[in-house]
Amino acid sequence: MSNHSLSLKLLALFAVSLVLIALGCFFGSTGVNWNFTEVDPIILYEIRLPRSIGAYLAGALLGLAGAIAQGLFRNPLADPYLLGSASGALLGVGIILCLSYAGEDSLTTLIGMNGGAFAGALLGVLAALLLAGGYKSSLRLLLSGVVIGVIFSAANALLTFVRPDLYQSLQSFMLGNTSLINWNATVLMALALCLCVPITLLLSPVLSALSLGENTARTLGLPLDLLRLLLIGVLALATGFAVAQTGLIAFVGLAAPHLVRHLSGGRQRTQLLLSTISGGILLLGSDLLAKSIFAPLEIPVGIVTAVLGGGYLLFLLRRGQIGIRK
Amino acid sequence: MKNTALLYSVLQTGLGIVLCGFFGSSLAAVELIDDRGRTISLQSPPQRLISLLPSLTESICALGKCSQLVGVDRFSNWPLSLQNLPKLGGISDSNLEAIVQLKPDLVMVEKSSPIISRLEDLRIPVMAFDVKTMADEERTLKKLDLALGSKESGRVWNQIQAEIMRANKQLDGSQKNMRVYFEVNAAPYAAGRSSFIGELLTRLELNNIIPESLGPFPKINPEFVVQAKPQIIMLSDTSVADMKKRPGWSDIPAITQNRICTFKKDQGDIIARPGPRMGEAALILSQCIAEKVSLSK
Repeated sequence: MSNHSLSLKLLALFAVSLVLIALGCFFGSTGVNWNFTEVDPIILYEIRLPRSIGAYLAGALLGLAGAIAQGLFRNPLADPYLLGSASGALLGVGIILCLSYAGEDSLTTLIGMNGGAFAGALLGVLAALLLAGGYKSSLRLLLSGVVIGVIFSAANALLTFVRPDLYQSLQSFMLGNTSLINWNATVLMALALCLCVPITLLLSPVLSALSLGENTARTLGLPLDLLRLLLIGVLALATGFAVAQTGLIAFVGLAAPHLVRHLSGGRQRTQLLLSTISGGILLLGSDLLAKSIFAPLEIPVGIVTAVLGGGYLLFLLRRGQIGIRK
Repeated sequence: MKNTALLYSVLQTGLGIVLCGFFGSSLAAVELIDDRGRTISLQSPPQRLISLLPSLTESICALGKCSQLVGVDRFSNWPLSLQNLPKLGGISDSNLEAIVQLKPDLVMVEKSSPIISRLEDLRIPVMAFDVKTMADEERTLKKLDLALGSKESGRVWNQIQAEIMRANKQLDGSQKNMRVYFEVNAAPYAAGRSSFIGELLTRLELNNIIPESLGPFPKINPEFVVQAKPQIIMLSDTSVADMKKRPGWSDIPAITQNRICTFKKDQGDIIARPGPRMGEAALILSQCIAEKVSLSK
C-alpha cells in the first residue's frame, strides 16, 4: 500500500469523524433538529459539543488500547476488557469515589478519578501478566485476564455493598455513560490521546517485530521487555482515562481494530492509527443512535456499541476474515 | 426656610425608598444549606422548579407549590396533575439536555445523583436532599418552605403525625407487639428499624424482627426470617408467590396463618417514599394488620 492511498483513507475517516461530531450537535433530547438558531447556545456549546467530542475521544482511546492489546499479545481476542485493565480502571474509580464525595466537581476529584483509573488499569494488566507467568502463552494471559476481571468486579460489587449511597454513581459507570461528559473531561482525554498516540506510533516497530513471533523479535536486538512494559503503560493510560470519563463501554476496544484490519494491510503503524479513528467513529456513532432512536429517552450507549460492534464482528467471523492463530 | 423643609422631605423619602429597597431585598434573599452542606442563595422564590426524586416532588406539592414544577423524574407520579409534565429520566440517567432546555431556577435532587456536578458546571442552582428517616422528611419540609416561600411545613408535618396516631389507634392490644417482617425487595432486602418504614412499624407498636444494628435496609439471609418466626409478613403483591416457595418458609407462622400483607403498585409507591404520604402509609399498614389478624382469629 502506498503512502498516497493511506493518506486518502485517513482523510476519508477524518471526514466521517467530523461529520459525526457535527451531527452530534443536531441530535438532542427532542430528536433531530436541523435548525441551529433554535438551539440554546448553552445546550450546543456546553452539552452537545463536549459530549460529541468526548465520546469520540473516549472511543479513540479504547480503539487504540484494543489495537495495542491485540498487537502486543498477538491475539485477536485481546481487548482492555479481557485483560482486566477496564475492570481495574473501574475499581480505581470506585475506590476514589468511596474516599472522596461523589458529587464534588473539584479539580482534585477529577485528577483523583483519572489517576485512580490509570493505576487500577495498570494493576489489572500487571496482575493478569503475573498470574499468567508472563506473555509466553496468550491463552493463559487471556484466561488470567478474565479471572482478574471477575475478581475486580466482585471487589466493585463489595464497594456498593459497603457504601449503598454510591450505588447510583457506580451503576452509571458500570453501564457506561456519555451523557455527562463536560469540557474538563474532554480536555483530559485529548491530552491522554496526544500522549498515547505518538508513543505508540514510535513503539510500533516492536509490535511489527512481535507479529513475526517472539523469537524473531528477539533477534532484532530490541530491548523487548522494556518496550513491552512501556506499551502496557500506554494501554493502561488509554483505558484508564476513557473509563474514568465514560465508564465501562463494551466492545469498542475489541471491535475497532477488526473494523479496519482489511484497510491497514497488516501494517502495525497504520493499523494502530486507523483503529484509533475507527474506535472514535464507532463510539460516537453509537452515541448518536443511543440518544436519537427513542428520543427523548436515551438507551445506554454500551447496548448500541455491543449490537453494532458485535454484529459486525459476527459478520466478519462468518466470512472468515478474523483468523485465530495459535 | 421653605426650601430646606422641602429638601428635608425629599431626603426623607429618598432615605425611605433606599431603606425599603434594602430591607425588601434582604428579605427576599434566602440562604439555605442543603444536605451536602452547600450554601444556596436564592434572590427570590424559584418559579421554575425541577424535582428529580418522587418523594421530593410529593413534598413540594404537599406544600402547595405543585404549579411551580416544570419537570419531574420518570418515577414521580403523584399527584395526578403531574402526568403532563416533561419526564426527565431516572436517578442515574437523568436527561441533562432536557433539564437545561426547561431553564429551571432550582433543581432538587437526591444527594448521590451523578448529575449534580454537571448541573453546577452549567450554573444551574441545585439543592440536594438526603431523606432516609422521618426526621429527614421533617427537615426537608422546613427547608422546602424556606426555599419556596411557603409556610405549610408545620401543617403538613402535623397531618402526617395525626394520621400515624390514627393508624396506631386502629390496632388493639393483641395486634400490637406482633413480630413483623417487611420485605423491600425479593433479594431479600428487609426494612430495618432505622429506615422510615421501620420507624412507621415502631410507631404502630409492632415488633420488627430486624434488629437495629443491621441498619436501614439490610440484605438478609432468608434463614434469618425462618428463625425469627414473624407473625406478619409485608411485601409487594408481585413477590408473594415466590416467597411462599422459599425453602423452609412454609412453616413461618405468618404464612401458615395467612397473615401476609401485600401491596399493589400504587400502595407500594405510598409506602416506599419518605414523603408527605407517610401518614397514609401508616394507615395502609394498620388497616391490613387489623383485617388479617381479625380474620385468622
